[in-house]
Amino acid sequence: MVEPSAPSHEELLDCFQRAAFGYFLHGCNLTNGLVADTSRAGAPASIAVVGFALSSYPVAVERSWMTRADAAARSLVTLRFFWNSVQNDQPNATGYKGFYYHFLDLQSGKRVWQSELSMIDTTLLCAGILTVSAYFTENNESETEIRELADKLYRRIDWQWAQNGKSTVSLGWKPECGFLHYGWEGYNEAAILYVLGLASPTHPLSDESCYTAWTATYQWENIYGYDLLYAGPLFIHQFSHAWIDFKGIQDRFMREKGSDYFENSRRATCVQREYALRNPHEFKGYAENCWGLSAGDGPSPQTLRLDGVERRFFGYAARGVPYGPDDGTIALPAVLASLPFAPEAALAAVIHCRERYPGIATDWRLPSGFNPTLAKSGPWISEGYFGLDQGIIVLMIENYRSQLVWKLTRQCPFIRTGLDRAAFRGGWL
Amino acid sequence: MQEQSLPQMSPGDEDNRTSLENAHPSFWRNPQPMDNYSLAIVGGGPAGLLTAHMAATLGAKVALVERNLLGGQCFNVGCIPSKAIIRTSRLYAEMRTAENFGAQVPSGITVDFQRAMARMRQVRARISRRRCSVQRLSSMGVDVYFGEARFAGPRTVIVDGKTLRFRKALIATGARPKLPSIPGLAEAGFLTNENVFNLTECPRRLLVIGGGPLGCELAQALCRLGSRVAIAQSDPMFLGKEERDAAQILSDALARDGIEVHLNTQVTGVRVEGKQKFVDLITDDNKRTVAVDEILVGIGSVPNVEDMNLQAAGVKYDSEAGIPIDDFLQTTNPRIYAAGDVCSEHKFPHIEAAAARIVVRNALFCGRKRLSTLAIPWCTYTDPEIAHVGLYVREARAKGIAVKTFTVLMHDVDRAISDAEEEGFVKIHVKEGTDKILGATVVASHAGEMINEISLAMGSGIGLRALARVNQPYPTQADAIKMAADAYNRTRLTPALKWLFKQWLAW
Repeated sequence: MVEPSAPSHEELLDCFQRAAFGYFLHGCNLTNGLVADTSRAGAPASIAVVGFALSSYPVAVERSWMTRADAAARSLVTLRFFWNSVQNDQPNATGYKGFYYHFLDLQSGKRVWQSELSMIDTTLLCAGILTVSAYFTENNESETEIRELADKLYRRIDWQWAQNGKSTVSLGWKPECGFLHYGWEGYNEAAILYVLGLASPTHPLSDESCYTAWTATYQWENIYGYDLLYAGPLFIHQFSHAWIDFKGIQDRFMREKGSDYFENSRRATCVQREYALRNPHEFKGYAENCWGLSAGDGPSPQTLRLDGVERRFFGYAARGVPYGPDDGTIALPAVLASLPFAPEAALAAVIHCRERYPGIATDWRLPSGFNPTLAKSGPWISEGYFGLDQGIIVLMIENYRSQLVWKLTRQCPFIRTGLDRAAFRGGWL
Repeated sequence: MQEQSLPQMSPGDEDNRTSLENAHPSFWRNPQPMDNYSLAIVGGGPAGLLTAHMAATLGAKVALVERNLLGGQCFNVGCIPSKAIIRTSRLYAEMRTAENFGAQVPSGITVDFQRAMARMRQVRARISRRRCSVQRLSSMGVDVYFGEARFAGPRTVIVDGKTLRFRKALIATGARPKLPSIPGLAEAGFLTNENVFNLTECPRRLLVIGGGPLGCELAQALCRLGSRVAIAQSDPMFLGKEERDAAQILSDALARDGIEVHLNTQVTGVRVEGKQKFVDLITDDNKRTVAVDEILVGIGSVPNVEDMNLQAAGVKYDSEAGIPIDDFLQTTNPRIYAAGDVCSEHKFPHIEAAAARIVVRNALFCGRKRLSTLAIPWCTYTDPEIAHVGLYVREARAKGIAVKTFTVLMHDVDRAISDAEEEGFVKIHVKEGTDKILGATVVASHAGEMINEISLAMGSGIGLRALARVNQPYPTQADAIKMAADAYNRTRLTPALKWLFKQWLAW
């Protein structure tokens, strides 16, 4: 009997990517295009997950997992819902000032959980809208309508209002208390927010100085021998990159440092691996090929004494290196999403973890997190799946394989304009 | 002449009586003023005391006026008492986590709060003998006056009915706790740093309002001494001026100690029911109420500028910002200087000490020493401690200076691993492309000690490169600084240089 040969890297990636796309294929409400935040019962829709879902439809068409007509139909339903849903300052609306509430009822599309009108999540939704607009370029009725709606939805967003008179963009707004006190200051996943906000032909961010204000809090650090713009969790180094190809283009800060955000994400990935090698808190499993701290699900807040050591665990949290928080939970989706930046390290880690802990990817779809320190018969594994994880996997594998999303957004005039206004130069610009 | 009431310290035990007898003795009679003092000092806190000490040592005729206790907030209700109870609280924390140090957790750990406070008073009394003694000051030739000081002109101050004429003066009246205007708070009663050290029983449940150095230090210390503590901070992070990573580590450390952390939270009201105080909190749109036994307010301080008739002296002041001074510490009356909390943004006693040295030089010896030329560190004595010197990255970048930070994690430092004190980092900021140190932040168990090496380097104009050449015993936690310097040196090893070395060594 001949042993089945191990799948090639290409086959492996295809399995992971297709399994991740399955989340959107089956988890979408086809009447309004909304997609659940997680696969758990009763989960509401997340607008950011919808942004990822929209972006994944062109990928599915190109990979022959879905017909173009089907993808266009799904996209159109989604865009029509967002265009026609209620926009006002009432607590049960769907959005306000062109922005949308973070979590919506999967059926009615109304705000749930008293969630905030989210600037970053609207940005990720908008990135998805612009992606389908760039992809569906045929002159038939549905694709024309997709482009028209995308343009109208983008133009309706009042980015300047979201600044609340300040130099940076507010984290969010609630009808109950107005703007939240936090602002989007760098460095984090919000680079794409400033790019899209600066480019708006109708309500742009006040001026280019807001991008300077966003970068004013940057810190260029030498950590574990790597020079990088520091941020702890991996997703920060990935989310804007899912849509924008930062390779070779530089803003003022990166020109000063002789680097770019793509290279920065590569180094951030290396720092993650270095941290796991050091494993300062001596969590189980951490190794050269078992690393990756990011935002994601965890074993729920609890303090346990394990092997004589008091361990504090967290639920959903933004874990990061090297300052923590760290409770031994690995976010494998974020590792896979490192593929464009550090393919060898990312692949080696995913292969190792899947072999070492077979329970974490029985059907190739990756859970939000797993924790070998909190183990019974196997490591603790996050229940169900999270839409953001599946979305970043689909997009980043595709960017690694074909650069499809990057190629699409390079054609988007708004993204080019936004990058230009943020003083990005060089490379594909 | 108005009769002054003598200050009190509670409880009235032997140690507090000793502190009082040193810092404001009941038998003290104000001296007859000299004709014209070289230097009149208003305020007997760290700045006033040190200035008086130095000026008298150099032969100046010095008068010092204090209305309460010599030593000011620092020695009596600030740095010294807080450090004493922090030490006890740290010991209790270490006992509870003895397993981390390879030891057995002692059975039945019971906090003896009264013993901890008694030790604090003992420490305070002992230090007051040396640092705040009126007799000692008087024996050095300083005329010490107790009473309210009121300026009568640009060169005259009146105290206890006596007129003191001076050639130069120093105002170092310090600051007092800032009080929030929260409905019901005054009626419910609350603690500040001025009376928290009078406690003889640990509050069972405590809410700390304010996440600055004082609030964080005392929240952690009292939690470790047995109180169930919640802390409410209006900003999104603790220690608003410190860098984000330091504040985050502190936030995690407080939570790990069991403190209920409420960031980005406003206190909207307090009401009393029975013996409990119910405090309403709001975070964005999330409202909640916490029930506590005591409330400690630590939201900052306001300068003591009132009732001195500063207008008569030609000294401008603001009741919020204090007395404006120039870089030479001169007020709007160039004969009158100001130092310490009454005029400084950074309210730390060692900054007062640095200012005192400048005052003596500038006021008595026509010096032109500038405050801005000093590299002055500060430290928040939580566990881990958070120390800083020089510029923060955001400040340097705002000045248009390109900055690079060399970061060493304490978990990479051998001694820190041995000591089970791995939490924290050393970050040294240099001007990009050079080794000029712009500033540094240290988060470590003993950050207050470690920052000194960097302060010395900055004050002496020594670059980061040179710190790699410092020989020091191994292992120490301060190795982290040398490791940062080593990291800097490695970045100088360009590919071309590496190639050259290779060629040389091959030959």
